Amino acid sequence: MPAPNLLNRYTRPMEGWWRRNPFYLWYMLREASCVFIIAYALVLLCGLYRLSQGEAAFNGWLAALATPRSIAFHGITAMMVLYHAWTWFKVMPKTLPFIHIGGKRMPDAAIVTSGLAAAVVLSALLFVLVWSGRS
Amino acid sequence: MIRRSNKPVFWSLFGAGGMVSALIGPMLVFVTGIAVPLGFLLPHDALRYERMLALAHNPAGKLALAVVISLFLFHGCHRFYHCLHDFGIHVTAGMKAACHGFAAAGTALAVYLLLVIGF
Repeated sequence: MPAPNLLNRYTRPMEGWWRRNPFYLWYMLREASCVFIIAYALVLLCGLYRLSQGEAAFNGWLAALATPRSIAFHGITAMMVLYHAWTWFKVMPKTLPFIHIGGKRMPDAAIVTSGLAAAVVLSALLFVLVWSGRS
Repeated sequence: MIRRSNKPVFWSLFGAGGMVSALIGPMLVFVTGIAVPLGFLLPHDALRYERMLALAHNPAGKLALAVVISLFLFHGCHRFYHCLHDFGIHVTAGMKAACHGFAAAGTALAVYLLLVIGF
């Protein structure tokens, strides 16, 4: 008779479960965005480190950003973060507490639209802020 | 004494990071990783040394840099930790500590660098 602890070691195999259904594939794509967000934060952290080392070091970081490999990485990252943003606002009616305006619950569509609108406005502001500093 | 769960702390950091990255993340990646390096829509010198140093010297700029780096890390690491389960990995306390510790270490490094850069 096998030892009892061997009996409850069985785990149902779950190899490739997320590839069998397109819904789970999109779910996994959203979850994968976290790897790109972590990597991007590390790129910025590296830039901050190079900034603390002086002008030559920081210019080296800027030069590294202009390599084809870096551009490709940031292209994929931008799309992954964009997909994360889209899903983030899409579930906002479920993740936010109910919002009441004039005694009525704010409709789901209005919550999603406000989130997307806020993102567009803040992104435009960020762009203008960077653009205004050109020499 | 009742032991309180630390889950709300990490879920709040996940939520805050998710919100910041959803609001400005795509534009930030586009600006620093594509537009400025290529000189596309924005000039090459938009992220030049003196300007970034001025940003890092400014208290509001320091706060913005620390918030972006720290919250992106906490958001990403928390999601990564929960993703392990989807791949059939039985998470342990050590894995949780490693994920959140990574984000905490990145935050500490960012704060240290911002202090070293000075005011």
